[in-house]
Amino acid sequence: MAKLPPLAQYALRLGDDALILGQRLSEWCGHAPALEIDLSLANIALDLVGQATHFLGLAGEIEAKGRDADALAFKRDVLDFSNCLLVEQPNGDFARTIARQFLFSHFQELQFGALTGSTDPRLAAIAAKAVKEVAYHARLASDWVARLGDGTDESRARMIAGLDWMWRFVDELFVLDAIETKLASQGIAVDKPALRAAWDARIDGVLAEATLSRPAPHRPVLGGREGHHSEHLGHLLSEMQFLQRAYPGATW
Amino acid sequence: MYTTDLSGKDKKKSEPTPLKQEDPKLLAAFEARVANDEFIEPKDWMPEAYRRTLVRQISQHAHSEIVGMLPEGNWITRAPSLRRKAILLAKVQDEGGHGLYLYAAAETLGTSRAEMIEALHSGKAKYSTIFNYPTLTWADIGAIGWLVDGAAIMNQVPLQRTSFGPYARAMVRVCKEESFHQRQGYEIMMALAGGSREQKRMAQDALARWWWPSLMMFGPPDDKSPNTEQSIRWRIKRETNDELRQKFVDVSVPQAEAIGLSIPDKKLKWNEARGHYDYGEIDWEEFYAVVRGEGSVAKERMQARVKAWEDGAWVRDAALVHAAKRTAAKIAAE
Repeated sequence: MAKLPPLAQYALRLGDDALILGQRLSEWCGHAPALEIDLSLANIALDLVGQATHFLGLAGEIEAKGRDADALAFKRDVLDFSNCLLVEQPNGDFARTIARQFLFSHFQELQFGALTGSTDPRLAAIAAKAVKEVAYHARLASDWVARLGDGTDESRARMIAGLDWMWRFVDELFVLDAIETKLASQGIAVDKPALRAAWDARIDGVLAEATLSRPAPHRPVLGGREGHHSEHLGHLLSEMQFLQRAYPGATW
Repeated sequence: MYTTDLSGKDKKKSEPTPLKQEDPKLLAAFEARVANDEFIEPKDWMPEAYRRTLVRQISQHAHSEIVGMLPEGNWITRAPSLRRKAILLAKVQDEGGHGLYLYAAAETLGTSRAEMIEALHSGKAKYSTIFNYPTLTWADIGAIGWLVDGAAIMNQVPLQRTSFGPYARAMVRVCKEESFHQRQGYEIMMALAGGSREQKRMAQDALARWWWPSLMMFGPPDDKSPNTEQSIRWRIKRETNDELRQKFVDVSVPQAEAIGLSIPDKKLKWNEARGHYDYGEIDWEEFYAVVRGEGSVAKERMQARVKAWEDGAWVRDAALVHAAKRTAAKIAAE
């Protein structure tokens, strides 16, 4: 894939994060621990697919080579996906799914909160709508972290294991590479390292409520923004992109 | 949908019906209210048989919504565009919501959700036979929306006036959403029927597989549906299985023609004198086999439901324990 203009690349990253997590969550549909949880997870997935549609649409528009949101979602391979590694991690049990959501939604809420002030009005508009949605996601995930952490012995053990599993992917959320550093200096992109303190405070607050402590530090696992993913993304894409790949050029 | 009365052929297996003698005065007053099209509310007096019929029908309906999430959920992760994915997610989520308020409506009759789910998992309670068929291609999602939800609407529109208030009110909302589901399904079929040769093939194949099972959704023929008469008298049902099935055929045939798909029934023919389509014989043997749990993916469907329930037990336990801890802490603080 030819190199995208920086702003398109940025919109693509935001869109890919939402798309891949939405895809993951939709795997739960019909299989959740209770009907109410099934509805909540589908709801979050739906919000994320909506956000992805907006961000990817914008990326395609900026690129101006005729690719729309669907072309970007269904016709790129692993190396051209720029989501963070956290969102592509498999669901695991419910605690692992909640751990992933908890860590990501708080990040996303802070990020979109800041993005509403972007000097790019299109990004700001999408963020303004999305920030309300992700605030709810963060609250829902936090509530479950507290319930599972301070629930039964089993749920506590699973919640600890879930957080421990996902923790190595946290640092990547806050990395600002050359592209985003430049965009941030123009007031377009969010200065992500600046969000870290607020994120830490939120996470620690909920963990305290859940009577849990932070997982042990782990050397950051990075690479998602540059297309260097975990082994899981290829499988996710092969499922998600199956129809578009099997019937090139068809309209659905 | 999914209100097929499946109890008829299973009489031998079900528990013997105790012949409770109802107070004739109360019964007469009840019958008069129902005949007068009044709603019966949960706290009102009602005959035991009425209560039991409703619990059976509403829980069966709720189970069908929940099991029905599986065949369609099977395609959410493979939906061919972001728009289709969002619509399908929303649709399957709606089905879950229907299940939720139907369980709630049934609970007003004194049976808990846990009891109903237990009955589903043990095989005691039934769900619509239609969900024991597999979704093989994307066109099946179109066919389910168009035909299965179309049949559901036929069944459910009259239920908005069913005599039990909570059920009737739940149906008002359900019907609105089902009508959106039906349109999205037909729209998928239109896109496929107007698409490439492979897409047309998919669409035609899906119609061929879903047509007869959809007709079966209306339940056994009237002369073999033992509960119909009393259910109609009690305004639990408002139209017979065969009447509703005929309506469905009459509406669906022109829809298939409009997009150039053919219905797999050589006997299908407009009957000028009746003002209806005549249609071929339904394979009732297949229907009763599927009711007995011998549908091609019945085992997978139940396995998936039971697995979700068992795998989720620790989550539900944790939520209860956590809530109890919170309550205790609150009381201690006061």
